[in-house]
Amino acid sequence: MMKEQFEPAGKPDSGKTSFVKNGFDADFALTNGTGENLWLDQGFTWLVHGFAYGTAFVLFWLSWVIFQQAQPAIAHFGLGFLWGSTWNIGELTFGALPFIYGTLVSSALALFIAVPVGVAVALITSEDFLPPWVRSPIAFVVELIAAIPSVIIGMWGIFVLIPFLLPMQQWLYDRFSWVPLFSTPPSGPSLLVAGIVLSIMIVPTVAAISREVLLVIPKELRSASMSLGATRWETIFRVLLPSGTSGILGASTLALGRALGETMAVTMVIGNSPQLNPSLLELGSTIPSVLATQFAEALDKLHIGALMYLSLILFAITFLVNIAAVLMVRVFGHQQI
Amino acid sequence: MDYNASDKIVKRIYPEVKDLSAVSQSAPEELITALKIRNLSCYYGDKKAVDSVSMDIYQGQITAIIGPSGCGKSTFIKAINRISELEAKVRFEGDVEFFGQNIYNRRVNLNKLRRQIGMVFQKPNPFPISIYDNVAYGIRVAGRKSRSELDEFVESALRGAAIWDEVKDNLKKSALGLSGGQQQRLCIARALAVKPKMLLMDEPCSALDPIATMKIEELLQTLREELTIAIVTHNMQQASRVSDYTAFFNTDESRIGQLIEFGPTAKIFTDATNPGTRDYIAGRFG
Repeated sequence: MMKEQFEPAGKPDSGKTSFVKNGFDADFALTNGTGENLWLDQGFTWLVHGFAYGTAFVLFWLSWVIFQQAQPAIAHFGLGFLWGSTWNIGELTFGALPFIYGTLVSSALALFIAVPVGVAVALITSEDFLPPWVRSPIAFVVELIAAIPSVIIGMWGIFVLIPFLLPMQQWLYDRFSWVPLFSTPPSGPSLLVAGIVLSIMIVPTVAAISREVLLVIPKELRSASMSLGATRWETIFRVLLPSGTSGILGASTLALGRALGETMAVTMVIGNSPQLNPSLLELGSTIPSVLATQFAEALDKLHIGALMYLSLILFAITFLVNIAAVLMVRVFGHQQI
Repeated sequence: MDYNASDKIVKRIYPEVKDLSAVSQSAPEELITALKIRNLSCYYGDKKAVDSVSMDIYQGQITAIIGPSGCGKSTFIKAINRISELEAKVRFEGDVEFFGQNIYNRRVNLNKLRRQIGMVFQKPNPFPISIYDNVAYGIRVAGRKSRSELDEFVESALRGAAIWDEVKDNLKKSALGLSGGQQQRLCIARALAVKPKMLLMDEPCSALDPIATMKIEELLQTLREELTIAIVTHNMQQASRVSDYTAFFNTDESRIGQLIEFGPTAKIFTDATNPGTRDYIAGRFG
């Protein structure tokens, strides 16, 4: 009976090959006859390895080139460059502090505004406060902000935001000039405007990622919370947001990374003055903005070196931010809440 | 139809139902109605899911709700603490009175209602926080409590759910590190902590192994002293083992869930009035 069933496959005229071994008659083979797939397989593996190593190599190459170009400034100023506060091209005296301050403060300001707004957008678009036909367009439009070229945001900053914010800046100066942060008379462009422009640019990053994070929180947790008598807001603040902490932190850090490196829009609204002043209402400068405005005209080796030294510092800052992000996500991800 | 024969079958399949006469004699007159359900219909949008259910759930008794998949058991039980309103657009018709108060009254505060009628879900769903914080959650939401009071509440809830001895040294550890059965008992403790009058259980053992299931069933017998329990289950042995009253749900031709029969568990399992119930109990479907 069994023999009959298997017979047709083994028949020579069926067109199929028959492998007879150890008395079994099978119409399939487990071994590779020629091994010709092997080199294709191996070749592809090498290719993939190559891409991976190549990408990592680019990073090292880049840092090496920047480091080499920065050598004149490193040799001349040493670590003192970090806290030097004068930037005088004529006298070839360079210090990084005004730019480090400008970069960190404008980005911090941006995060300070963008994280609450972004998380709020994420909540509104992930919860069912609004009907879906309102929710989805809002989420879409917010994400569209990320698609606007930064030069256009910069132009909008110059023509709309600066005139719009001037009265507010004036008000801050009038009322709070005793606070160092608001101690200088505003002239239009300022660190504050740069921070606000940056915040607009990074809200989509915070909102989109936080929204994804909130959407994947299991529905059972919400039901559990509500079944214990919690209100919707209690559920949001005690269960949903804590459960999403690591994701929201990750989103914020990605946003911070973008804010730190953002060049064009900031350059257009910050005023580009290389002076160190704690006031947010004063003209300022960030590392990317000074690179963008001065690099093309830098002729002296020491000037170029100083700019390269600055990029090295920016590199280090973003590197540290990313490490901090990984650690934070790990710690919070481990604790879960 | 020879009922004695089916009686014997049931006794053989469900040997746990030992003294049938004693259970069936617990007459409703002596019992207080915790939940009076009259003509309750549930709709998802336009679709009717449960049609005109009327039954009583008695205080201190365990009421099992059995029936095939899609018969509206879960919809029915989730209508009692109105948790289904979170998940979908549902509409209820009819009256459900919880100790004399209509739960569909427009002025009902859902948070207060859900504090009185706790729920344990099909899948254990502890919050991803420490064991202690899980149990303390409902208490904290209900209002501020001193640290010592909170400790006391948490301990008594964990003891009540028969999990205290297993977790007392690890209260600060994440609840997600517990086994499935422990997680489910933790969820029961969490529900007990807010001191509800009633506990709804939606197939609480369907994701658990037999030993964890047994522990929960034992737990139910201790809980009944202070609580009214309604438990949805797919498992008929479980219903016969744990419950005092059984409600059998089924769907009609138009796939609308209906209450077919409700009565003392022993009667439902041995001497059901409705032929559909008898068929289902005896394993003759369709």
